[in-house]
Amino acid sequence: MTSRAQRGAAKPDPDSPSPDQEGEAIEAIPLRHPWRFLIAVVLIILVAVFLLDAAQREDYGWSDVGKYIFDKRISQAALVTLQLTVYSMVLAIVLGLLLAIMRLSPNPVVKSVAWLYLWIFRGTPVYVQLVFWGIVSLIYPVFTIGIPFMAPWISVPNGIFTNLFLTAVIGLALNEAAYMSEIVRAGLLSVDDGQEEASRALAMSWGQTMRYIVVPQSMRIIIPPTGNEVISMLKTTSLVAAIPLSIDLYGVSRGISAVTFTPVPLLIVASIWYLLFTSILMVGQHFIEKRFARGTGQHKPGRRRSRMIAMPGAGTGIGEPPGNDFGGKH
Amino acid sequence: MVSADRVSKSFGSNQVLKSITLTVKAGEVLCIVGPSGSGKSTFLRCINHLERVDAGRLSVEGQLVGYREKAGKLYELKPKEAAFQRRDIGMVFQRFNLFPHLTALENISQAPMRVKGLSKARATARANELLERVGLGDKGDHYPAHLSGGQQQRVAIARALAMDPKLMLFDEPTSALDPELVGEVLDVMQELAKSGMTMIVVTHEMGFAREVADALVFMDGGVVVESGNPREVLANPQHARTQAFLAKVL
Repeated sequence: MTSRAQRGAAKPDPDSPSPDQEGEAIEAIPLRHPWRFLIAVVLIILVAVFLLDAAQREDYGWSDVGKYIFDKRISQAALVTLQLTVYSMVLAIVLGLLLAIMRLSPNPVVKSVAWLYLWIFRGTPVYVQLVFWGIVSLIYPVFTIGIPFMAPWISVPNGIFTNLFLTAVIGLALNEAAYMSEIVRAGLLSVDDGQEEASRALAMSWGQTMRYIVVPQSMRIIIPPTGNEVISMLKTTSLVAAIPLSIDLYGVSRGISAVTFTPVPLLIVASIWYLLFTSILMVGQHFIEKRFARGTGQHKPGRRRSRMIAMPGAGTGIGEPPGNDFGGKH
Repeated sequence: MVSADRVSKSFGSNQVLKSITLTVKAGEVLCIVGPSGSGKSTFLRCINHLERVDAGRLSVEGQLVGYREKAGKLYELKPKEAAFQRRDIGMVFQRFNLFPHLTALENISQAPMRVKGLSKARATARANELLERVGLGDKGDHYPAHLSGGQQQRVAIARALAMDPKLMLFDEPTSALDPELVGEVLDVMQELAKSGMTMIVVTHEMGFAREVADALVFMDGGVVVESGNPREVLANPQHARTQAFLAKVL
C-alpha cells in the first residue's frame, strides 16, 4: 500500500486524468426569480404614474423650479450652507477629540467635565440649543472680567452671539462635538491595550502615548463615521432658522417662497441642492471608507504613501500631515 | 539590581502574588517558570510599575518602584517620576505590541526621540545599529504587519534596547511564535545575556533556561516554590509541584 502510494505520488499513473485537464464545464439552467421581476415592474409603473401626475400638477410649479434652481440668491445660500457645515464640523472634530481624550483621562475631574458636557449637549435637542444660542446675547449683553459681584475690571460687549452666522457655527459645533467625542472615543478604545502598555513601558508619558501611538491608530475607526456626520451636518444646518439665521439654503428658499407664494417649487429647489451636496459627500465617503478598510492588507512595502494606506491604523487621516504624528517635530 | 522583599499583589479578592522574595544581581539572567496563572507575568509587570504592588518592598537599583520613602512614609510617585524610573527598564511582551502604524525603524526610534529628546538623525542611526544587532538590518522600512512573528519580536527587543536599559524584562517572549521562529528570538536573547545585560525572563523554554540562565525560579499559585541553579533545579527538582510541572513540560 505505502509503496504503491509513494510510487503513485512520484510518477503519476498514465491512466488517471492529468491535472491540467479540467472536468466538464457546468451548464445548468440558472435559478429563475419571477417575483423579483414582477415586483420591479409594478414599482416602475407606480413611479411612472406618480411622475406623470406630478409633471402635470400646477402645485409643483416646475417652471419655477427651473427658474430658481440657478438663481443667484439660491447658489449664494448654498455656499453659506457649505460654510456652516465645514466650519462647524472642523470645530466639532477638534472639540470632540478633546472631549474624548478628556473622558479617557485618568483624571476624574477632567473625566466628569467631559461627561457633563456630553450629558447636556447630547441630551437636549439641537433645535432647542440653537434657539438658546440665539437669545444668549440678550441674557449676556456684555462679557466682564473681574471679581464676581463687584465692579468689573474689563467689560466687552457680546460681539460673538450678536453675529448670527458665528452663533450658528458655534451652536451647531457644540452639539456636534458631543457626537464626535463618542465617535473618537470608540476609535481610541479600539486600539489594543498592549499599545498603551508598550508605550508606557518605553517611559512615554500619557500625553505622548495618546499623541504618537493611540490617536494615529484610531483614525481608521474614526474617519468613516465622521464622513457620515458631515453628511448629517449638511442637513442639520437647515435648523439654523431657530436662531434665527435665514441666509442658508433652506432659509433663503423659504424667504423667496414667502414673497412669491410658491412654497413647493422652492422646497424642490432646496432639496435638489441638498441632494447634490450629499451625493458628492457620499462619493467622497465611499472612497475614504475603501481606503481605510484596507486595514491588515498584505501589501508589499512600496512607495511610502501606499504603504501607509495598507497599514492597519495607518495614521494618514484627513487633515493630518504625512508622517506619523499630528505635525509634531521630527 | 532587583530586590523583592515579601511582595504581594491582589486583583480584587484574588491574591496573585503572595510574599515573593528574590534578588537579581547586575549581569544576572533569571528565568521564571511555572504554570499559567501562577503570577509570573504579574510579578514582571510590577517591576516596571505597570502594576502596583500592595505589600512588601520592590526596588530596582536600590530605588523603590513607584514610591518614594521619606521619614518612614511612602509617597506615591507622580506619573512623570514613574515614567522616569521606567527609562532604565526595557520590556518585551508576549504579543510583541509593536506600533503597527510605524515602520520597524520608527518603532525603535520613537521613544528615544520623544522621551530622551534625541534628534531624529541620531535616533534613526541608533535604531539602524540595533536592527543590525538583532539581524534585521534590511527590514528598517518594513511595517510590523510585513514581518514574521520572530522578526517582530526581534524588532520589539531592539525597541526596548533603544532606551539603553540596565534591566530587560521578557514576558513569555516566544509563546506567541510558531515553533520554527522561536530559535531566532532565543538567539538574540542569548547574545544579549552574553553581553552582560541583566535579564528577567518569564518563559516556558526550559532549554533556554538551562543554557542561559544564572538562576531559575519556579512559581505556582503566587508563591516561589523553588529556586536555584537552573541545571540543578531542572535535573533534580526538590518540590513535588516542581516535579509535576517539569514532568509535563520537559
